[in-house]
Amino acid sequence: MNIKKPTRRGFLIAGGLAGGGLLLGYVSSGPSRLTLQDKAVTRGEGERFVTTWLKLAPDNVLTVYVPHSDMGQGVITALAMMAAEEMEADWSLVRAEQAPAEQAFANESLSQNFTDGIQIPSFLTGINNAAWYGVAKLMHLQVTGGSSSVRWTGQHGMRVAGAAAKDLLIRAAAKRWGVDPSECAARLSHVHHEASGKSATFAELAADAAELSALSNPVLKSAKDYTIVGKPIPRFDIPAKVDGSAKYGIDVHLPGMLYAAIKFVPVFGAEVVSYNEDEILKRPGVKKLVRLPVGVAVVANNFWRAKEAAAALELKIDAKGNDTRSTASIYAQHDRDIAAADGAKDVEIGDTEAALKGAGKLVEATYRVPYLAHACMEPMNCTVWIKADGKAEVWVGAQDALGTRGRIAEIAGLSFDDVTLHPMLLGGGFGRRIPVRKGFADFPSEIDFAALIAKEVDAPVKLVYTREDDIQHDAYRPAVTSVFKVALDKEGLPVAWRNRYVTKDDPAEAAHIPYSVANQSIRSIESPTPVPRGPWRSVAHSQHTFFTESFVDELAHEAGKDPFEYRRALLKDQPRHLAVLELAAAKAGWGTPLPKGHARGIAIQEAFKTIVAEVAEVSVSHTGELKVHRVVAAVDCGRMINPNTVEQQVESGIIFGLTAALRGEITIEKGAVVQSNFPDYEMLHMADMPSIEVHVLESGAELGGLGEPATPPIAAAVSNAVFAATGKRIRELPLKKHDLTPLSAKLAQAAE
Amino acid sequence: MSVTVKVNGVSHTLDVELEMPLLWVLRDELGLTGTKFGCGVASCGACTVHVDGAAVRSCVTPVASVENHEIVTIEGLAEASGAKAALAPIQAAWIAGQVPQCGYCQSGMLMAVSALLKEKPKATDAEIDEAITNVCRCGTYPRVRAAIHSLSNA
Repeated sequence: MNIKKPTRRGFLIAGGLAGGGLLLGYVSSGPSRLTLQDKAVTRGEGERFVTTWLKLAPDNVLTVYVPHSDMGQGVITALAMMAAEEMEADWSLVRAEQAPAEQAFANESLSQNFTDGIQIPSFLTGINNAAWYGVAKLMHLQVTGGSSSVRWTGQHGMRVAGAAAKDLLIRAAAKRWGVDPSECAARLSHVHHEASGKSATFAELAADAAELSALSNPVLKSAKDYTIVGKPIPRFDIPAKVDGSAKYGIDVHLPGMLYAAIKFVPVFGAEVVSYNEDEILKRPGVKKLVRLPVGVAVVANNFWRAKEAAAALELKIDAKGNDTRSTASIYAQHDRDIAAADGAKDVEIGDTEAALKGAGKLVEATYRVPYLAHACMEPMNCTVWIKADGKAEVWVGAQDALGTRGRIAEIAGLSFDDVTLHPMLLGGGFGRRIPVRKGFADFPSEIDFAALIAKEVDAPVKLVYTREDDIQHDAYRPAVTSVFKVALDKEGLPVAWRNRYVTKDDPAEAAHIPYSVANQSIRSIESPTPVPRGPWRSVAHSQHTFFTESFVDELAHEAGKDPFEYRRALLKDQPRHLAVLELAAAKAGWGTPLPKGHARGIAIQEAFKTIVAEVAEVSVSHTGELKVHRVVAAVDCGRMINPNTVEQQVESGIIFGLTAALRGEITIEKGAVVQSNFPDYEMLHMADMPSIEVHVLESGAELGGLGEPATPPIAAAVSNAVFAATGKRIRELPLKKHDLTPLSAKLAQAAE
Repeated sequence: MSVTVKVNGVSHTLDVELEMPLLWVLRDELGLTGTKFGCGVASCGACTVHVDGAAVRSCVTPVASVENHEIVTIEGLAEASGAKAALAPIQAAWIAGQVPQCGYCQSGMLMAVSALLKEKPKATDAEIDEAITNVCRCGTYPRVRAAIHSLSNA
């Protein structure tokens, strides 16, 4: 595998357990941290302290602590597999848990000590707000996002820790038996000395191993010797998810707990002037009302009572002039801003303006996508208990447990150490549950509100959003407008690529193209609105892949070329892209006959180091009804850790993206969100599912992410198929907005 | 007002409003949190329970309307199915098929599918599409379908 040697300033540490056991982890500062670790996860008899990642207990059970949230993407299992593989552990003796929200379990060591070009994207760290954020130091430590867990923690943390543990155990055994370590081997949680037939369990060797110092650069296994990684291993988290015992944040049940619901001001940027407090306080079960920056919270002894009381609240509102904005006015603002400014440099190669003037054929198009809500199945919630002694406890499912803990401390006016956070399962994340994000200071969330409410109540309080709150008060995937102007040469290939779009987002490369075009000018224009925005599965790729891959399809048709062959020609210098594109086309039977009325579309994107190409097969009926029949995905993520979850994540990413492409739309009218719940923010169901095939190409390249990369290509693949079926080019999502009847398609073609 | 509900074979007499949806009685009054709140308008199915064996969306079911009926939640599914093991066959199929992702919608999904299979043990794709309208944001639908077929072909 092509792995760069990381440079390290921190060190691996090992320590013993009182009853005989081994703890191994990686720290970047001194052993003073161990007391914190001690408090955090030591529970059983004979456990003294644990380190960051691995705990070997006296019964030979290995527990792997994973500093990320499992939202269903299987990361807890995948990272445990990576550690166990290197350690030569018996998988039946391996357990895994999400690490507590303590600094000792943070990714700090990774982010600070590995300098081989890995950077945590700013959208995850809220680095723009560092000055405002009181505990900025703690950001980017337990973030689950950017499809990063396996790529960073797994590759550079878990594997190293596992290999170092194996080395310690082998050296301990060799010392005990008076033989050379090279004569010993680890296998299935035992160390063996083949020549003498001696063997010992890892646990039996642990106390001795803890006396040795751990290697910082242990030898890692070669992929050909893997016995765990690469196998479709069942996930640890699934049994509790089929019998109702899995505990999500919303399931927290504490003695004396109260429940809170919020009546929000609907208009972004509006404020509450007054409300009918006396009347609401008379309702059954209602304990208290708390004024918030965005509305009023009702605290009651049952969530339904709180929610009904909140619904009965009558708020007098000062809109502060924010109640005239609409989706139409925002799009008009985008157009004005793009026309008025040349924006900030994203990519500048060659002389695009000159090439545009000189070339034969110009192709121009404007694309748009709307705001989108995340609509996690678990409505947003956060439970906070601020006690009389000034300490606080928090129960929440978060994509950044440490950042959330710091945020609660900040809002509640407590020190970080006075806040204990209990990480709970997340009923979906998709970017919604990252507490610290770009612009967050302006867009407070349920984390802030829960802390503000808890300050006023002498009991644990569980704040829950209704689905309407969730849809109308999200941090939305931004609406984006993108304008293209491209010049084609005589062969129909692009020689100049000009793209202007609002607004720059992460990851930075989202609007870049993999295609070889000699002159490129890609620039971003700022066009701020008060609509809260945040990361949404695949972040800026979700918009730009639709734009770029649809527009490349337009170019292919302008050039009179097959869209697959056209991309092949432009990707001749990108062998990995080419292989993925060709695999998807081959598996989909690109170019082979289809039933009447059916057509295919193709799209490709690299996101988070993983390349995904998708071919969609659709049909459009004479009444204009669009059906997606089949999606074939080809994926190069370097190598698979758990094929079971790879397939699942690719399917998941496609369905998430397809839902948005076909139906997803948040619109703004009078400064507020129009949609409110699943009947009008529509989801796909069983009946809407295409058949989905996932083909993985293990190139051995650097590990790529998997939680997000399958999402971006699907909107373009489907839209391109719609064009192939009807002749109607889709430049604005969702597809449900468009009249796809043959007459409408003909009129649209004539208009072009 | 006093209401008596029988949940997973156990009767509970509660002092709650008659119109309080069964969902909130289960979750906040009885602490049975396996049944999930998803939308509150009977649209997503996360709150599905069995009332006399039929799949019912508990978020819009007033508690008074199910007094004296047999209510089964995900916590009681194995026992109600007569399974000798700790899991109902459908739950075992869900594990074998590695169906859940975030898992939040799966209680409702399991309750909806188990009600369907009781009526139609060999449910066809069309019957599944019609009966199972639960929303899953993770997109477990392909594996839900495969797990249903693994049961109907068993």
